[in-house]
Amino acid sequence: MIDLKNLTIEKVHEGLESKKFTCRELVQEYLKNIKEKNTELFAYIEVYDDVLNQADEAQKKFENSTATLLTGIPFAIKDNILFKDHKVSAGSKILENYTAVYDSTVVKELKNEGAILIGRTNMDEFAMGSSTETSAYGVSRNPYDISRVPGGSSGGSAVAIASDMALVSLGTETCGSVRQPSSFCGLVGLKPTYGAVSRNGVIAMGNSLDQVSPFGKNVRDVEIVFNALSKHDPMDSTSVTDEKRNHKKISSGATWKIGVPWHLFEKGVDPEVMNSFKESMEKLKNSGCGIVDIKLPYSKYSLEAYYIIMPAEVSTNLSRFDGMRYGFSEKGDNLAEVYKKSRGKGFGKEARRRILLGTYVLSHGYYDAYYNKATKIREKIKEETIEIFKNVDFIATPTTPTSAFKLGEKLDDPVAMYLCDIFAASANLVGTPAMAIPSGKDKNGLPLSIQFTAPYFHENLLFEIGKKFEGLRGDL
Amino acid sequence: MNIKDVENLAELAKIDLTLNEKEQILKDMGGILEYIKTIEGVEIGEVKPKYSTYNIWREDKIEHRDFSKESIIKQFPDSQDNFLKVKKIL
Repeated sequence: MIDLKNLTIEKVHEGLESKKFTCRELVQEYLKNIKEKNTELFAYIEVYDDVLNQADEAQKKFENSTATLLTGIPFAIKDNILFKDHKVSAGSKILENYTAVYDSTVVKELKNEGAILIGRTNMDEFAMGSSTETSAYGVSRNPYDISRVPGGSSGGSAVAIASDMALVSLGTETCGSVRQPSSFCGLVGLKPTYGAVSRNGVIAMGNSLDQVSPFGKNVRDVEIVFNALSKHDPMDSTSVTDEKRNHKKISSGATWKIGVPWHLFEKGVDPEVMNSFKESMEKLKNSGCGIVDIKLPYSKYSLEAYYIIMPAEVSTNLSRFDGMRYGFSEKGDNLAEVYKKSRGKGFGKEARRRILLGTYVLSHGYYDAYYNKATKIREKIKEETIEIFKNVDFIATPTTPTSAFKLGEKLDDPVAMYLCDIFAASANLVGTPAMAIPSGKDKNGLPLSIQFTAPYFHENLLFEIGKKFEGLRGDL
Repeated sequence: MNIKDVENLAELAKIDLTLNEKEQILKDMGGILEYIKTIEGVEIGEVKPKYSTYNIWREDKIEHRDFSKESIIKQFPDSQDNFLKVKKIL
């Protein structure tokens, strides 16, 4: 018996090095857990059938001394990340029978390290949602309370870690899709700097916003995964080259200055979330950090701007799913009919809604009022964020305005669902790295979370303050 | 927005919708547009987006790729003689 609950990447590495257990034994333990829990929680859409082979391959790396920290580490990957010769559907019916013909760069990196890819996890269709309820394959449930959502869109990848069905996982973020489920499931989730991790082979939603983002049970695990994946990739033209990834700021440790934009969450935040956030700030203050009240007047409109820019990108991006070259195809009398029927039946409600909204904000007569204006606001938010980072090391907010909500609670009210990501949007619009860290629990025993944002390519600082905060917070 | 607008958008986006679905979308759009309209009143003055994007060029040479012609053809919903088969356009 391996104690999965308390495993970390370094503990597993130590266990494999010292032959306490083999890669196969470790994976079998996870598979047993998956068998017990996945029917109810639905973290995985599919557990791959070659997992044990992968484990045996990883074992060889230990035998010939080529193992790295990630060798033999069981990963879950979101269903929008391509893994050659394996199915990938982005949680959508339109890609139900699609098999990846190449590896995404992140999967290639993990394979090189000898990580074990256990399966593909459930997600909101095309990553559109904050609850993992819009998946064409069923809803995932929160392991802390199965009547509640795990958050989304990377809900399956969060549930897999929170219920020990994998040790670490990859999700993707366009607006909080890893930080929000981290918050709801008591995990650490990092949205890296835009361009830090390759998007090659990741099914796109909003190209100017998307980033592959890791989940883990603690800051150190997330740090190890990020460090392995953060590198320039010539296959992704938005991947940032090495010389532009300068880490100018060095740690100032105890004298960090943390900016808190209190004015952004005067209203609409659950009192328990607010109290927990204030307590966390108090702890940081007592440990020597400076807490500064900051104003970010344009960031107030980040979610509105996001809900214009993202659908615009969605409507363009998803035009490739046309029933012609791959995926679901419905017969029709002529070409246009095949398009319309395949897209009508292949896309779910939320995907259709966003495609139409994007078509609308980009159409003649509305382009200036919506898309153009939103782009300018985005620029203003970027300016004010860069400006603020001249005075503070971090920006802190609660990760989400509430703890996990009930299944179905917001499904019929799109705007209520969108508002879950109110504190997430600016990091995606600006491109700054942001990390969610568990900060406590509410009266129902549901996890609460705090979010730190740092300047471009200062993930190292997020890991430092994250570890410091874990120490101040103690075990949960 | 009215039902005609929804139909027009669906036509542009090439998505078949039933009447029921159109009505539902019209209803949802009302709420969403009202929400995003907030940006109309935001004073921003003169802003010239400083696009930080730049062109990425690469040599036009043959490089090894994971995928093969066969693996791509296998994904086609319909094919004939190793070509993608689609309905006639004219």
